Amino acid sequence: MAKGVWIVAEQRDGALRKISYELASTARKLADVLGEDVCAVLCGSGIEGIAGQLGKYGVDKVFVADAPALEPYTTDAHAAAVAKIVKENDPSILLLGASTQGRDLSARLVGKLHTGMGTDCVDAKIVDGKLLLTRPMYAGKCFGEVAISSFPQMATLRPNVFPAVENQKAGEVVKFDPALDEGKLRTKVLEVQKDASGKVDLTEANIIVSGGRGMKGTENYAIIEELAAVLGATVGASRAAVDAGWRPQSDQVGQTGKIVSPNLYVACGISGAIQHLAGMGSSKVIVAINKDAEAPIFARADYGIVDDLFKVVPELTKACKELLA
Amino acid sequence: MNIVACVKQVPDTEAQIRVKADGSGIEEGGIKWVMNPYDEYGVEEALRLKEKNGGEVTVISVGPARVMETIRTALAMGADKGIHVQDAAFDGADAYTTAAALAAALKDLNPDIIFCGQRAIDDDQGQVGAVLADLLDIPHVSLITKLEFADGAIKVIRPIEGAQLLIEAKLPCLVTAQKGLNEPRYASLPGIMKAKKKPVDVKDAAALGVTPAVNMKVVKFVPPPARAAGKIVCGDDPAAKAKELARLLREEAKVI
Ligand SMILES: Cc1cc2nc3c(=O)[nH]c(=O)nc-3n(C[C@H](O)[C@H](O)[C@H](O)COP(=O)(O)OP(=O)(O)OC[C@H]3O[C@@H](n4cnc5c(N)ncnc54)[C@H](O)[C@@H]3O)c2cc1C
Ligand SMILES: Nc1ncnc2c1ncn2[C@@H]1O[C@H](COP(=O)(O)O)[C@@H](O)[C@H]1O
Repeated sequence: MAKGVWIVAEQRDGALRKISYELASTARKLADVLGEDVCAVLCGSGIEGIAGQLGKYGVDKVFVADAPALEPYTTDAHAAAVAKIVKENDPSILLLGASTQGRDLSARLVGKLHTGMGTDCVDAKIVDGKLLLTRPMYAGKCFGEVAISSFPQMATLRPNVFPAVENQKAGEVVKFDPALDEGKLRTKVLEVQKDASGKVDLTEANIIVSGGRGMKGTENYAIIEELAAVLGATVGASRAAVDAGWRPQSDQVGQTGKIVSPNLYVACGISGAIQHLAGMGSSKVIVAINKDAEAPIFARADYGIVDDLFKVVPELTKACKELLA
Repeated sequence: MNIVACVKQVPDTEAQIRVKADGSGIEEGGIKWVMNPYDEYGVEEALRLKEKNGGEVTVISVGPARVMETIRTALAMGADKGIHVQDAAFDGADAYTTAAALAAALKDLNPDIIFCGQRAIDDDQGQVGAVLADLLDIPHVSLITKLEFADGAIKVIRPIEGAQLLIEAKLPCLVTAQKGLNEPRYASLPGIMKAKKKPVDVKDAAALGVTPAVNMKVVKFVPPPARAAGKIVCGDDPAAKAKELARLLREEAKVI
């Protein structure tokens, strides 16, 4: 019988990503209800040393595949490795992050494991011994409660939503041979172009300051950048700002951009179109700065200022700098 | 080159979504149905590939009778033929079942390249493309923003958190499209006229030999949780309001 709560941990350049701890902590919570163990799978090259760190967040056992072909990530290699170890152990639950990599890998695993999965979940609990997931649908215009009748019951968890909680367990590290068939590794990463700015990605940011059409031009984003620098935030944008060429596509938040869940989302000169709300509606605290009191963003905002952003934003930067000094 | 674009019909992004009183689904009355925006990028890229390298573009959709309109839209944009998988047994299908239907319908076509959207904006799953690739035993690359084809292989750009990857894949391959890949064209009037005469093959579950089995089920649809009314910081002086907001964020919301 399928047993055990499993996660696929994520690492990049030899460091575990935050989502891995969120997954481990959530798995621990579910496993404690079921009275089962938490196991993690970690794939990469030269990563055996970091595997044990997962124990700190409640993982009993880590299965590590360490092979040059697993770095950098390709779907073929990682899916083959994870599918192999999962099939051998038959867990009842398998969780991944709804990160770029987790979404890609998990979907391929749905095929390989012939099972069902809830994507981008914002809640996961055990009801009558089974996993019950909650996930936004129709861009957050409604939510679905999802159950999976096959094993493993798969889910990807939205980053930044599930807390990472320290809970020391054994974190025993066990190596396994992914038995990769070179002929089946059909894609090749030719080049990794790193974003030189070194900024935290929008999907992982704790604080986001976004500017929309109200910014009126590329050059005016300087005031947004300054506020972001003081808050340790990442800058985002509405589609209107991206389509105008003021900001790169990678900055776009919304239905056809990124889905984000920061602790704080500051929307400056953004009206709050439904497609924008779809991307940031699950932020914990939302602030709107907009000169139009009727802008729909105010219906979603926890705090708002109705005024000219060009007057408010620099003052907000100043006030935050003083407070945080 | 045999090019396939998968298209799903979804509610328009502006659509108000109302949950049925019994939570069994959403009210479909009054919804305007459109091609999934990410599939538009896929169809556009498929057409550009054909225009440069020759070949044929097949569009395929699984869904009820109304999806024929979306297939016709793709044909009007310039696709050559369509496949419509229509069977009530596929209503509410999960990703695996939908992908199995697509795989069965596409098998004999031996596609060189398949385009899917990175996700459908109704169920927001982002699964079908990868599962389809797996069932056809071909590689896939998801979330691409650029594609070049030469010598039987494609080179694509895939942005990830904090970096962009340049990836090479031999054909056959499946890719999933996201915004930034291209600007989808509109169907022209002559295109719309021509589309009416283009062939669309309609198939049901029996013809495909697929037994739908639903492993992932939405047991209940619920409206989004109500958000408490926000606080508007009032006053005439922008500086005073900014200062008060900063204080609230630190002392009340505790987020800075
Ligand atoms: C299929 C589809 C997908 C889409 N996907 C996305 C998406 O992913 N993300 C997204 O953001 N949008 C998306 N959109 C677009 C969306 O519908 C809106 O057009 C867009 O979000 C508007 O951006 P905005 O709020 O910056 O601009 P506007 O709606 O023009 O709002 C600008 C706001 O700035 C305010 N303003 C102007 N000047 C000032 C000032 N000096 N001080 C203070 N406030 C000021 C105005 O009052 C106004 O409220 C999508 C649309 C479609 C059809
Ligand atoms: N019913 C369907 N018919 C055709 N293509 C589909 C269907 N469902 C999903 N797809 C394709 O798979 C992509 C991802 O869908 P999903 O996994 O449902 O988010 C879509 O953008 C389509 O390209």
